Formats: sequence, structure tokens, C-alpha cells
Amino acid sequence: MSILGNRVMRTEDPKFLTVGGRYLDDLDIPGAAYVTYVRSTMAHARLAAVDASEAAGAPGVVAVFTGADVDLEPLAPAIVMLNQAVRTPFLARDTVRYVGEPIVAIVSETRAQGMDAAELVFVDYEPLPAVVDMEAALTDETVLHAEAGTNLILDMQFGRSDDLFEGCDVVVTQRILNQRVAPCPMEVRAAAATWEDGRLVHYACTQMPHGVKETLGQVYGLEPAQVRVVAPDVGGGFGAKGANYTEELMVGWLSKQVGRPVRWVETRSESMVGLGHGRGQIQDAELGGTRDGKVLAYRLTVIQDSGAYGWFGGVLPFMTRTMLSGVYDIPKAEFNSQSVMTNTTPTVAYRGAGRPEATAAIERMMEMYAAEIGMDPAEVRRKNLVTSDRFPFTTVVGTEYDAGNYERALELVLEASDYAGLRAEQQRRRDAGGPKQLGIGGSIYVEITNYGGSGEFGSLEVLPDGSAEVRTGTSPHGQGHETAWAMLASEQTGIPIDRIKVVHGDTDLVPTGGGTAGSRSAQAGGVAVHQAAVQVVDKAKQLAADLLEANPDDLVLDKVDGRFHVAGTPSAGKSWSELAAAAGSAGDGGDTGLKAMVDFKPPTATFPFGAHICVAEVDTETGKVTVERLIAVDDAGTIINPLLADGQIHGGLAQGVAQALLEEVRYDDDGNPVTANLADYAFISAAELPSFETVRMETPTPVNELGVKGIGESGTVGSTPAVQNAVVDALAHLGVRHVDMPATPERVWRAIADASA
Amino acid sequence: MTVNGTKQEHDVEPRTLLVQYIRQEAGLTGTNIGCDTSSCGACTLLVDGESVKSCTMLAAQADGADITTIEGLAKDGVMHPMQQAFHENHALQCGYCTPGMVMASISLLKEHPNPSEAEVREGLEGNLCRCTGYHNIVKAVLAAAGGAGQKSTAGSAS
Amino acid sequence: MIPAQFEYERADSADAAIALLTQHGDDAKLLAGGHSLLPLMKLRLATPSVLIDVGRLRDLSYINDAGDHIAIGALTRHRDIETSDVLAKEVPLLARAASFVGDPQVRHRGTIGGSLAHGDPASDLPAVVLALGGTLVARGPSGERTIAAGDFFQGFLETALAPDELLTEIRVPKTGSAGWSFQKFNRRAMDWAIVGVAAVVGNGTTGVGLVNMGSTPVRASATEAALASGASASDAAAVAAEGTEPPADLNATPEFREHLARVLVRRALEECGV
Repeated sequence: MSILGNRVMRTEDPKFLTVGGRYLDDLDIPGAAYVTYVRSTMAHARLAAVDASEAAGAPGVVAVFTGADVDLEPLAPAIVMLNQAVRTPFLARDTVRYVGEPIVAIVSETRAQGMDAAELVFVDYEPLPAVVDMEAALTDETVLHAEAGTNLILDMQFGRSDDLFEGCDVVVTQRILNQRVAPCPMEVRAAAATWEDGRLVHYACTQMPHGVKETLGQVYGLEPAQVRVVAPDVGGGFGAKGANYTEELMVGWLSKQVGRPVRWVETRSESMVGLGHGRGQIQDAELGGTRDGKVLAYRLTVIQDSGAYGWFGGVLPFMTRTMLSGVYDIPKAEFNSQSVMTNTTPTVAYRGAGRPEATAAIERMMEMYAAEIGMDPAEVRRKNLVTSDRFPFTTVVGTEYDAGNYERALELVLEASDYAGLRAEQQRRRDAGGPKQLGIGGSIYVEITNYGGSGEFGSLEVLPDGSAEVRTGTSPHGQGHETAWAMLASEQTGIPIDRIKVVHGDTDLVPTGGGTAGSRSAQAGGVAVHQAAVQVVDKAKQLAADLLEANPDDLVLDKVDGRFHVAGTPSAGKSWSELAAAAGSAGDGGDTGLKAMVDFKPPTATFPFGAHICVAEVDTETGKVTVERLIAVDDAGTIINPLLADGQIHGGLAQGVAQALLEEVRYDDDGNPVTANLADYAFISAAELPSFETVRMETPTPVNELGVKGIGESGTVGSTPAVQNAVVDALAHLGVRHVDMPATPERVWRAIADASA
Repeated sequence: MTVNGTKQEHDVEPRTLLVQYIRQEAGLTGTNIGCDTSSCGACTLLVDGESVKSCTMLAAQADGADITTIEGLAKDGVMHPMQQAFHENHALQCGYCTPGMVMASISLLKEHPNPSEAEVREGLEGNLCRCTGYHNIVKAVLAAAGGAGQKSTAGSAS
Repeated sequence: MIPAQFEYERADSADAAIALLTQHGDDAKLLAGGHSLLPLMKLRLATPSVLIDVGRLRDLSYINDAGDHIAIGALTRHRDIETSDVLAKEVPLLARAASFVGDPQVRHRGTIGGSLAHGDPASDLPAVVLALGGTLVARGPSGERTIAAGDFFQGFLETALAPDELLTEIRVPKTGSAGWSFQKFNRRAMDWAIVGVAAVVGNGTTGVGLVNMGSTPVRASATEAALASGASASDAAAVAAEGTEPPADLNATPEFREHLARVLVRRALEECGV
């Protein structure tokens, strides 16, 4: 009776549904003062003067700090590939480089008083030219960081050959915009910190508590034992809360200055300019092949927007290159990129982090190529797929894919969508010539999860009352690990999941952890928990054998009754609680007890894949696009809990539709953000989406013993190009060959008008 | 005002929003703040049985009103049918939008006891979620409305 | 997120509200449902030093059949307009349009009076009242006066209301057998219209109001003139944007708005049975 693979409802739910989660702003921190940050209203300027004296005297204000007061070293880029000369100050000193950059910190008794005082801070800006356009930034006419000497923060040149497309009958080229988007987790950023006996206790709204702990140690010059990080319930992250933000990191410093705990929560408007943005690539794509559909060569040249500093975003093209050729066996391919700084909010990882960008490019080009040679795009794709007999497969850029069956995914999505029927309906509408036309857009994707094969900690301890405790280094914020890891432990031990507690998010309780990001958790953290459970069963068996004076090989575990007994003699047995008591389990994280602690290191990353089809209706008179159907076939290897897996896919699909049709972070020419709240930024709602049609495939990975891959980002990787392709497909008969994202009504209307001109 | 059946009285600054009153004065942190433009609906609760974005109401405007928050739904440890439907259909992930989403859904069913899928989606246009893609939320609301042939009480929250 | 400080006064009658308005002058704003005002205050784009809460004046919330027109109290909520049997029968255009305002939570609090007094050309109801040829009733220290909808909206967020006047009633003619249509084009269901059309044609009435095609709600007067001379829906709609000055913003250029106006007016007229 296996629990794995079943749709098990979440053990987390009752709390969230009846009293709500305990998010950072909900925490009761006695004596805490609030910090309010005053932010730059200019995209690029010298700070001639910052006068916070009136604010300092405002009601309820405890203290006010400017850049000159903060003696913390500006942060170097976390990724060493990025130009290390580009430092992010905790509070801007001489220069501000994006609207929203923090300049002043006001500590006050209440948030309202902080907001009132913030209006009394007077900043004298000396404007500098604002560079918003990436190509303008590349000219270095205005350099953002004198220490760097250039706006280029990462240059990746892998070569460019003149004869790449030799032998190609057809070459299609297109400049594609993969626009900047805002991650918009429902909970904005927040933090709190206090000092207890010289120890820094930091509450972090983060995806990576141990990562925050390490960074705090560096920032404050503290030994690991002197820092404790606690992540309470976190209201979504999507990659953006994996970064370390100066506003959060300095709360501890503020606490030290004022001698009491300090807490912070931003407003949504602040978050729209302060939380890192996603995507932001200009892609020049060239795809060449034969007239009968064989792709021979592909080149992608990327300009990546890093924003004003070097956070994670500058590195995204590295991930894009890793997945360059997608599911296709392309003999020749080239990739080059330049990551450049602009006077905008810095970019970070956002659901897919460089891989949706890769898939969006190749999938757009495959359909453009198909249109050019007059072949059905599904056929063209099929002709170029890496077939299932070729795994492990090393791509033209050296990425080794573990296992896959792309032909099957394509077959399933064509079947589930009734592809032939859709093409027939499309033709009927074209013949009828009415305003509402149908588009069918596809994508076949493969993506990399747990890049680098990062390892994870997992432990299991059985307690004398017969319950069990898992400790994990993952840091769920909606993914349901408390249920899934309990399932893994229950599978081995038979202990019911409602008697298995899963501990995460507190660095005092969990020794190490990689957090939850990059779709790493199941294949790293889940496997670690599984292995710990296997080890505990083994230890228990040994202990039972000792106590029963039997041979361990003669013992069986009755998972239903929770007892080890001599095979054939149920009366001669020991229960989990008896064994735990005998082992001295105390649930205190110590070394004694019926427990196992595992540091699991997978050998490599894994590669989930799938095929998506979007059916879109386009009103050619108004340009409005309606997603009628979104059919998604996804394969992430073995699935622990299909309910949770579907949930991850759904969320990813919605974000793909959102980027393809609605969402876009925009700046005016002076670097002023124009979409800096949820009324202006077109965050997708339920009314713009259909119910999804999901089809599951399970091709286990050989990389770990559970066969699990990551799934969290797959939905977004696959759906974004499927939706964009559907829009273009709907208009193909009118001569339209490309529409950039987001395919807003005006963009669609203009594409039609331009094609008929 | 009466909050979840309990009468309470507090003196507050005029500018205190209802959501702040509920979270701070009434100490009920289930209702969340997700934006500052009345867009996201995370702060939705019931005022005299109707869904309201509590960030767009002054506490003073709710003087004397009957407020129901997420904490006031379950009775004696038994979840309200809407809470149960959300649980059974995995209609929550990080949980941040959930209290507002549940309250909005209850109000929706009260006004449309038998909604179509389109009516549910439009009825939740003012409640944003980033995690679920809305698919399971819609399923949950339709399930709560369906009530498996029985008369559904999913639209009432008394 | 948190408004600047202000004093709060609660009016227990329309006259009391007017007295408070007179007393505080430009420093004061009326608070009805608060769904136009509070969002501005939370972003500190509006900082009145006094708020006069008229939300409890229940005697200003009504929908009454007054013979040749329906009289609607200014404090009637959008939700009540949306679900009114009287309006569904006598002025269905208004009932339908109210169902598009914001989202359900907004409609539980926002009022028709608040929406009209706010004077936002992107709001739905101003264009509807304009197309219907409605009348607004305002009460001030020197008594009551009526203002034709065509004279009420004077500029962006500017109406004919004096600082010491309270909007008390909106009168809309019964539309009888006339065809009607409300077209709202937006990015997302909860958004303001990029362009909207409120049309009523037939039974001796022709009114086509445009949402978000100028600094006030405007009538598509060229279209109305064309209809008066017997033009078809297509031909009348072709001139829908004439005389308008649509804004450029995040969501559309003026050119696209003009195009949308033509398309949506045509669809509205077709739905009206033209």
C-alpha cells in the first residue's frame, strides 16, 4: 500500500484556512520599532544633499540614518562571474542609480509615523543622464559605475562564425523581446532582527534561510554560531526572494544602533521597484535549415538587462545558453551575450530564470521556420527532436540531458488537444472571414532543474510517542513539502503522515540547507528525507533484532501496525515507540535516538520536459486575445503527490499566459517606472484564464533513486511560447509573422495593420 | 463593531484602515495586506455579510458593523464548507491570498448560488493569486456551490 | 499605504453635511463609499484635512419610479443598481453598466453619487448618465438645483458641484422600448475601460456616451448626428471618434482609442438594433 503517487491533501492547510499563515508582519516582536526607507525618485542622479533633520524631529521617530552613517561594506555581486567592482550600497551615498533605490532609513515607533516622517526628508538631486535602453547602455556614453568603467557587467562571447548557416536553404531571423516582468509574490518583502546575548536573530521572508545566514555572517563579521535566521510562513517567492536585499540585511544593523528589535515591511508600490525584476532580454535569433524541415544551425545573441546593479539577473544568459537548443538535435549552434547595466531596478531570478527565455526563443523560431517553409509546426518539431533512444544526450552546447521522451510528449499533446480538429476549425473561421480568428500555438520544452546538482540535508527521528520528526534544509513557501516529505517518510516507516512533523526554516533547528528555488527541492531535499527514512528503518530493524535476540534478516516491518516482528510470529515484536524509547530519542536535535541524518549530493541536475498547446481566439478588430484552452503535457519523472505537482504546473501556466499577453514592467525615457503598482501592472486574474488541461507523463530520471525531477518552473517554461505562438498563428493568414510579448490589443492591432500595409 | 460574533470597542486614529483595525486592535492577523491600490483582494472580509476590501474602508466607516474574518468561519473545529472545499481541491499554496479568496468566494456564492465557471472567474476578478493559477480555486468554489446534491450552506457565514 | 492624518466628521443628515462643507471649505472632502477617494489618499495623492462621512445617510439610498424617470439616491451602491428590478425593467443600460464597475467588493461599497462626483472620464457610470441624458440634483447652503448631465462634467476630475454642495439624486429617463448596449474594453476584467461605449437608440432617444475618450465623458456627437439622418450602424460608427481627444496612457495611444471607439460604437449600435 504505497502512499507515494497519490493525491494526498495537504497537512499544512487547516492552519492556513482557519487562522491564516503566520507571515513576517504577523509576528509578535515585543518592543520592536519600525523602519521606513526613503527611496530615490530619480533614475540617475548625484545626491548633492540629503536633509533628514526635519524627519528626525517628527513625532515617534527614534532615529534617522543616511548612507554616510552606515558602516557596512557595500555588497559585491553574489555570483563571481559578474564584475565584482559593481557594489550595492546599503543606503545610497553619492549617487542613485534607479528609481526606488533606498537613500534614508527612518526608525519610528509605528509604521504610520515612519511614513509621515518620510515625507519630511528633502533630497537635493543633481540629475545625470538616465540610461534605460540596453543598447544605449552598451555604448558606455553614460557609465553607471565609475569603478567598473563600463556598463557591461558580464560579457559571454563563445564565438561567431561567418559560415554558420552554410548549406541552409532557408534562414529565418527575428529580434525578439523577452520583456521585463515583476515577480509579484502576494506577500511583499519584510524582515525583522534583534540581538540576543550577542547573537543576531533575523526573521527573513526568504526562500533560503541558510543563504541569508551566511550572508549576514559576512556582512556583520559574525561566526555561524552567532547568527540565527528564522523564516516564518512566506507568501510566495518565485525566485525573487532568493536574493539578499540590503533593506532586509541592514535591519540587524539598525537594531544594534537603536538598542531594540527593528522590523520592516514594504508597501506594494515599494515592492514594484525594490523587489528584483525578472527576464529582460533582447534576443537576436537566427535559425537555418532545409526546405523539408531539417534544422541545421541556430544562433542566439542576447543582451540581458542587469538593471542598475549586479544582482542575479546579469547571469541569466548563462542559463539561457545551457538550454539553448531545447529538445532538438541541432548540429551547429552559437550563443553570445552581453549583460548590461541600466538605470532601472536590478533583475533577479524569476520562475525559470533564463530557461523560459531560451525556450521562448527557440520555440518562436521553430514556428517561424515552419511558416517560412510551409510545413505544419508539429511536423517540423517532430523531425528535429532528440529521440528517446539517445539519452543521456549531450547537446551542441555541452549540456547533458538525463532522460526524456519528447516524441511521446508531442504525441500526447496533439491527441489531447485534438490537433486536427483545431486546424479544421481554424480553417473554417479563415474561410468565413469573420473578426474572431483562432490560433494554435505550440511548444516543446526541456528545462534544467537543480542546476549543478546541489545537495541537501534531510533527517528523520522517531519519537517515543510513535510520532516522527523530519528536518529539511528546503524552505517551502507554498510547495507543500510538509505533506510531501511526510509522505516520503511514511512510505518507508508506515507512520501516518499526520503523525509526522516536518521542521524547516530555522537555522538553529536545521544545520544546513539550500532553500527552495530552481526546482531543486524534491530531487535534493526529498531524496535526502527518503534516504534518512530508509536508514531509520534499517537502524530500527537492527535495534529490534538486538532487543528480540533475533536475526535482523528474520524481521519484517508491519507498516500498518507500526511494529517490527519476527516473520510469521507477530507477537514477537517491537513497536516504533518502544524502539524510539529504547534508542533514547529526545527530539532535541542531539545525536542519540532512533534517527538518521543525511547530506545527499546528487551527481547532476535533471531535465523535466513537456509539450504545450495554446488555443487562442484573437478578435482581429480590437486585438483582444482570449486563451480558450491551454493543454499541457509535463514530465517531471516520478511524481510524489500529483495534487501538488498539478498545483505547481497550474501556477506556472498562469505566469506564462501573463507574460505572453499582459504583464510588462515599463519605464519612460527618464527611467521613471510606469507600472509601479498592481492597478497599472497587469497582474493576471482568474477572469483572464481558462481551466487548464494537464496530462501527466512520468519518465523517471536515473539521477536519483526516486526518479524525481523538478517541476516548479516547467509550467512557465512551456506555456509562454505556446501562447505567443498561438497569437502569431491566429494572424498568419493576414501576413503577420511575429508579435512581441506582451501581445496587448494595441500590439496585435498594429501587427495586423502593418502586415496589410 | 462586532467581529466574529464578539463585540469590541477601540479608539483609533481617524486614518486607521479597517484592515489595520482588524490586524492590530482586534489582533486577527489572518486577513492580509497585499497591495496599496485596492487591486489584490487579500484583505477581503465580510461586512454585514458582504465582501469588502478592508484596506479601502476606514475603521470608522465600519463602526457598528458586523464583521466576519477567516478566523470566524470554522465552528468548534469544523471547517466551513468553503474552507473544506479549498482544502479538498488544493486551492491554496503559500496561503497569503487565501483568507481574502475564501471570504470573497463565500460572498460570491451568497449572491450567485449556482454560478457557471465564467461567473466564478469574473466574481473573483478582484482577488489576485500568484501561486495557484486559479484553476483549483475555481474548482473549489464550484464544488462548494455544487454541494454534492445537498443544499449547500457554502454561501453563508453565520 | 497609510493616508496622511485628517479629522473625521460624521454627518447625520444632508443638511449637516452641507453645513460641514461650508464650515471647512476646500480642506474638506465628502466620504461616501470611499472607493474613489480612499485609494488616492492611501497614495497621498489627495490629502484633505477633513473627511465628512455621509455613508450613513441611508435616506439618500433609493431607487424610485418617479413616473417618466427613475430617481436614484446619490448614496445608492453599485450593487443595488446592478440588482434593481426597477432599473432592469426601466433603465436596463444603467443596471448592466453598474455590473461592470470594479469588482464585487467595490460594488458593495461604491456609490453612484461618489462615482459621478469624482468625475473620472474612465469611470463607467458618467458616460452612461450622459448618454441617457440624465439630470443631477445638488443641494447646497442656498437650496437645491438640478444640473443636466451634459453640463455636469467639466474637466478631468472636475464637476459642476460647488465645494459646499452635496449631490443628492440622479434622475435617469426610462428608456422604454429603445435598444441599448454597454461595451467595455479593457485588458483585465477588473480594470477601467480603455474605451467604453454606453448607447441607447430608439423610442425617440439617441444617446451614445464614450468612456475614456477625453478629459470628461463625452457624447459621440458625430455618430448621433449621423443616426439622426438615417445612417447605418457602420456609417454612424465610422465617425465615432470625431471631435474627441482621447488620452495617451499605459494601455493605449490616442490612435488606438479612436479605432476602438469606432469598432465598439458599431457593435453597440448593432446591439441596439440599428
